[in-house]
Amino acid sequence: MIETASSGTAAPHYRQPLLGTPFHARSRALAQVDQYVAWSGYSTVDVYTTVEQEYFAIRNAATVYDITPMTKYRIAGRDAVAYLDRLVTRDVARLRTGRLGYCLWCNDDGELVDDGTLFRLGESEFRLCAAMRQIDWLEASAIGFDVSIEEVTERIAALSLQGPVSCAILKAAGLGEVATLPPFAIGRYDLDGIELTISRSGFTGDLGYEIWMDPSAAEAVWDRLFDVGRSRGLRAIGSRALDLARIEAGYLSPWIDFVPAEHAIRVGRARSPLELGLERFVDFDKGHFTGRRALLEERRRGPRSCLVGLDVEGNKPARAALLYADARCRREIGAVTSAVWSPTCKRNIAIARVDAPFSALGTSLWAEIYLNRELVWERRITRARVVERTFFAPERRRATPPADF
Amino acid sequence: MSAVAARYDVVVIGAGHNGLVCAAQLARAGRRTLVLEARARVGGAAVTREFAPGFRASTGAHLLYGLPASLDAELGLAGHGLRSAAERLPTTSLLPDGTIADVDPGPAAIEGAARAAFDRRIARFAGYLAELHARVPPRLGTPDWSDRFELLRAGFGLRRLGRRDMRELLRIGAMNAYDLLDETFESPPLKGALAFDAVLGTNFGPRSPGSVFTWLHRLAGLGAGGGRGLWCPQGGVGALSAALESAARAAGATVRTGAPVARILVEADRATGVELDDGERIEAAVVVSGADPKTTLLRLLGARHLDAGFVRTVRHLRNTGLAAKLHLALDRAPQIVGVDPARLRGRLVIAPSMDYVERAFDHSKYGEWSTAPALEITLPSLADPSLAPGGAHVLSATVQYAPYTVAGGWELERPRLMEALLDALERHAPGLRRSVVAAQLLVPPDIEREYGIAGGHWHHLELALDQFHLLRPTPGARGHATPVPGLYLCGAGCHPGGGVTGLAGRNAAQFILRQSE
Repeated sequence: MIETASSGTAAPHYRQPLLGTPFHARSRALAQVDQYVAWSGYSTVDVYTTVEQEYFAIRNAATVYDITPMTKYRIAGRDAVAYLDRLVTRDVARLRTGRLGYCLWCNDDGELVDDGTLFRLGESEFRLCAAMRQIDWLEASAIGFDVSIEEVTERIAALSLQGPVSCAILKAAGLGEVATLPPFAIGRYDLDGIELTISRSGFTGDLGYEIWMDPSAAEAVWDRLFDVGRSRGLRAIGSRALDLARIEAGYLSPWIDFVPAEHAIRVGRARSPLELGLERFVDFDKGHFTGRRALLEERRRGPRSCLVGLDVEGNKPARAALLYADARCRREIGAVTSAVWSPTCKRNIAIARVDAPFSALGTSLWAEIYLNRELVWERRITRARVVERTFFAPERRRATPPADF
Repeated sequence: MSAVAARYDVVVIGAGHNGLVCAAQLARAGRRTLVLEARARVGGAAVTREFAPGFRASTGAHLLYGLPASLDAELGLAGHGLRSAAERLPTTSLLPDGTIADVDPGPAAIEGAARAAFDRRIARFAGYLAELHARVPPRLGTPDWSDRFELLRAGFGLRRLGRRDMRELLRIGAMNAYDLLDETFESPPLKGALAFDAVLGTNFGPRSPGSVFTWLHRLAGLGAGGGRGLWCPQGGVGALSAALESAARAAGATVRTGAPVARILVEADRATGVELDDGERIEAAVVVSGADPKTTLLRLLGARHLDAGFVRTVRHLRNTGLAAKLHLALDRAPQIVGVDPARLRGRLVIAPSMDYVERAFDHSKYGEWSTAPALEITLPSLADPSLAPGGAHVLSATVQYAPYTVAGGWELERPRLMEALLDALERHAPGLRRSVVAAQLLVPPDIEREYGIAGGHWHHLELALDQFHLLRPTPGARGHATPVPGLYLCGAGCHPGGGVTGLAGRNAAQFILRQSE
């Protein structure tokens, strides 16, 4: 029996190194193939039924994904805005209360420490959601600022409700006002006495919401969503299906598409926002932020490499493929970080790091793909083309109110 | 908010001796230079002040040893009123049995032959260090040819010592003074006095690794001093600052006292001037700070203009002082057992053995002061009667060790330490206690407050191998530059550290002039 973070029973922590989330009892009941994965100290579902079934629910109906293990920090205090403006690369002063934004933060050398979403909950109260724990960096950044930083991961349960019918399900659940919520907005709602915070955000590139609640309300909210959602095709999904969706959306995953700077051991392995193709999230004009001087210098010099989108010929995913400038594989120029056959786009897509001279849209490259066909390895040298990294971006993700499906 | 005043090329924060040297050099090079001093008088910790009615003492540094003769000549300090009151001061060690030991080198030195050979070799090492002191350190791993040249130069200087001496320097460079002296000499008083010099003003005991380096650092200063040895100007150490101020003014610099800087102004990621406590804004193309790095970067500039990792590095710089200063106003000349009048004008130390000094240090590690302190005592009014009323005298002593934070707090412990010091002195100078008219004891928090040095350390930042040369004030620092263009450091927190040498200020001026070429 897995402990949940909030259950508080007295089993010694070393007997149960992974916690269950507040949704554990519910997800357990649906996890037919018993595939779990450890995520920030929690046991979470990797696959409930099959990856394909879950993936198609994301794109064609609606899905819930338990994001409780996402690390959450409450950042508040007189200098909260100044602190965050020095921490992240976007202009926090311009982020309005009740909005959230994707943001990056770098070390002194302009290398990406992590990315995440920043919620402005009040004039000087924020929540920072990130993939990894990093209280050390956040506190080092707080020297000289009047700000309090608190990890609240265990105090907030969260579900990501994504897919074209996600809004319809919320309306059916009695949360009709959610329909007016524009992308990147945050609202507070009441569900039969349960206080919910709902943000229009997600990691699928589609219409979707994230629902934040007290852990004690977790099961009631889950039940309500499934009561009204089951007939609309609502499914619970695991991390594997989500990974397909996020590649289609062109979103980056730490440890897969970049190594967080504070964890990189080898020289030159960390990546800057410019190398990751995230320059549009770097505001050089807002004043100083950590890494700004290094990034300006890098911009002047030009980045060494770029993370680009690839359209690969054929239908064999170019997983971990090395990339070459020529079909005879003499000049190596990069490697694929994420690759998948996109069922929705009907394209063989990839995210890849390539040397800067080969990063222009339309550049033709060669991928060395290895296929294991019943224990026999085959090597395919396949043509690939540099394309926009956002492969899937339907209009419905922006429409307010969203259409009913 | 008041009107913007005249624009300067350079504004120097702090009229300590390094700030004044830097200002004088920049003004000589034609820069319109303004020096802003928070206190009513210039000098920083190189100052002579009235600590009791009619009694004056050099309440920071009380002896000079590291002012390079070349700097003296460059600025023509004699022409600005700098006179020596006493030079080549002898050092006398006071021993517990009431006898004394002459620990100076020379024909009559203790263990004369061994001493002469040792001193010759150590002087070569100190000479090498003095070359490093006089130059801005390079950075590692840059494509800049001047960095490579400086690095080569430093390496070549080391190689020029010859194979044997180079090997010996590399052997002892990070060693502790205790072991080195123990393998060289026999005499406990000799070893005690030399070990005391090795750790004077640092957070080290004789057994601490790196205490040979701090000793060489001191000897490098002595060697560059042009044969003056330990000396004291007429009118106290403050007279040096007065001469430097006069030299700076003569070169065209403006010096304003009573003008505390509240913050450094930054626009478009460039230092553009300073704002004073009263709101007055002064614009300048270049801002140079003689304040310690923590004060400059974290308080006057502010973390928001700096990268988080750099701020963490600055915060972790070790900067708490471990030396206190004692000043006694005496109604008559003290009689010290066994010390003749000529030696009385020199330097007296209570450091009878290395173990004595190490034991005194032991207490400091645990937030205590020792009842058997190691002391460096001077009686400056014997050579310079201007410091005390007729017939009366001043005793000035450096006390090792007084930790920045003591168990119980200094309010409670300061009078107790004072009593212990008077007891220690009384043992060698019977009747001294009765002749004390007034007394002042400055422990590191007092030094912090009096001189505006965060941590109250002589050298602003601990002098140690990990905070020296390429690593001072921070690893990877670009000479005297800070990450903010237009803001430079010129105080003891920079290479080569403190000790009233003026070198940090002179190097900073050279660096700034080279940057603007």
